[in-house]
Amino acid sequence: MHEVRVRKIETIVEEIFHEGGPAATAPLRRAAVLAVIHNPFAGGYVENIQPFMDDLRPLGLEMSKRLVAALGGDAKIVEGYGKGAIVGSAGELEHGALWHAPGGYGMREVLGGAKAIVASTKKVGGPGARLDVPVTHIHASYVRSHFDAMEIGIADAPRADEMLLALVMSTGPRIHARSGGLKASDIKGEDGLR
Amino acid sequence: MTDEAAGKAKIRKIVTFVEETRTEMGREVKPPARRAAAAAVIENPFAGKFVEDLTELMNIGEELGGLLTERAVAALGISGASAESYGKAAAVGENGEIEHAAAILHPKLGAPVRKALGEGAALIPSSKKRGGLGVPLDIPLGHKDAAFVRSHFDGMEIRIADAPRANEIVVAIAVTDSGRPLARVGGLTKDQIKGEDGLR
Repeated sequence: MHEVRVRKIETIVEEIFHEGGPAATAPLRRAAVLAVIHNPFAGGYVENIQPFMDDLRPLGLEMSKRLVAALGGDAKIVEGYGKGAIVGSAGELEHGALWHAPGGYGMREVLGGAKAIVASTKKVGGPGARLDVPVTHIHASYVRSHFDAMEIGIADAPRADEMLLALVMSTGPRIHARSGGLKASDIKGEDGLR
Repeated sequence: MTDEAAGKAKIRKIVTFVEETRTEMGREVKPPARRAAAAAVIENPFAGKFVEDLTELMNIGEELGGLLTERAVAALGISGASAESYGKAAAVGENGEIEHAAAILHPKLGAPVRKALGEGAALIPSSKKRGGLGVPLDIPLGHKDAAFVRSHFDGMEIRIADAPRANEIVVAIAVTDSGRPLARVGGLTKDQIKGEDGLR
C-alpha cells in the first residue's frame, strides 16, 4: 500500500464553436483533469508494482467526478473518453501502465454502462511534456465522428519522481465531422466496438 | 451596424484552465493554491493588412474582459470579490501585429474585469507576443488591490495546441484565489494592504 501523494490537479475545458465551418447548434466541449502525483517507484526497479493500481482507484474516481462537473454535472452528455500518463524521468513506462485500470474504472463508474475500451497513450517525459490523449466513443470504438484527441500538459510537471495522470471526456463528435464511417446513431451496442 | 463594426468578437473556441496546488516540496499547501485562466480564440479582423484605427479591437477587448473574467471566476467557484490576483495576455497569429494585442488588452479590457471582481485598484499585469499554433502564454499575475504584494507576484503558463492560427488572436485572463504556494520571500503582505493607490 502506497499513499497517493497529489501535488496538483489541473482542469482544462475547451468549448469549441466552429473551426471555419458553420457553427454547431451546441458547441463541442472537451475536458481534461490532470493529477500530478509522486511516483513511489521512481529511482529503482521494483518488481511488484500492481498493488498501486488499487491505491489509485479513489483518485481515478475523484478525477472522473471532476470531469463530469467541469462539463456541467450531467454524465449523460458525455460521448467520448480517453486517458493517458506521462511518467517523470526517474520512472519507467511501465509505471504509466498502472493507470489503465483505475483511470478506466473511475470513468465507467461515473458514466455508467460505457461499453467501449478507453483509448489511451503514455510516455516518459520531462516537465512541460505534451501528451495527445486519444478520445473515442464511450459505447462503440469504431464511431468515426468521435475519433479525436486532446493535447494536454503542465509546464512544471512531471518532475523526475512524479507521474502526470490524465483523464479526458468529450460531449460529441468533432466539430465539423464529415468523414463518414460508423455513425453514433447506428451503434449496435453489443460488443463495445460497433 | 454589423456585429464586426460594433466590435463583436468572432470566437472560435474558449478554453478554461484551473490549477489546484496541494503540495510543494512535500509540504502541504493549505488551503490549496488555486488559479484559473480563461482564453478565447478569436478572429483577427485586421490580419494581413495595416489598419490605422484599431477601435474595433478595443471594443473586442471590452467584451472579452467581462466574458473571460466571469469564466475564470466561475471555474474557481468563488465570488468575484474573493479573487486575489489577476493578469492578462494575448498572442497574435502570424498575420497580425503586436499592436493588435495592445489594442485588445490596454484601452478597454480592464474596466469589465474590475467590475466582475468588485474592485481591483492595481494595474493588471500583462504580456503579449506574436506566435504560431500552440505558442505558450505566460500570463503575469499580481494582487488586484495592491501591486506590491510580494506573495502574489506570479505567472501562469497556458497554451492551446491549435491556436492562434495565422488570422487569429488568443486572449487570456487569469484570476487566483491565493498567492504562490508556500510564499516566504517577505515584502508587503496582503493583510498590510492600505488600498489607497493600487500599489501598497
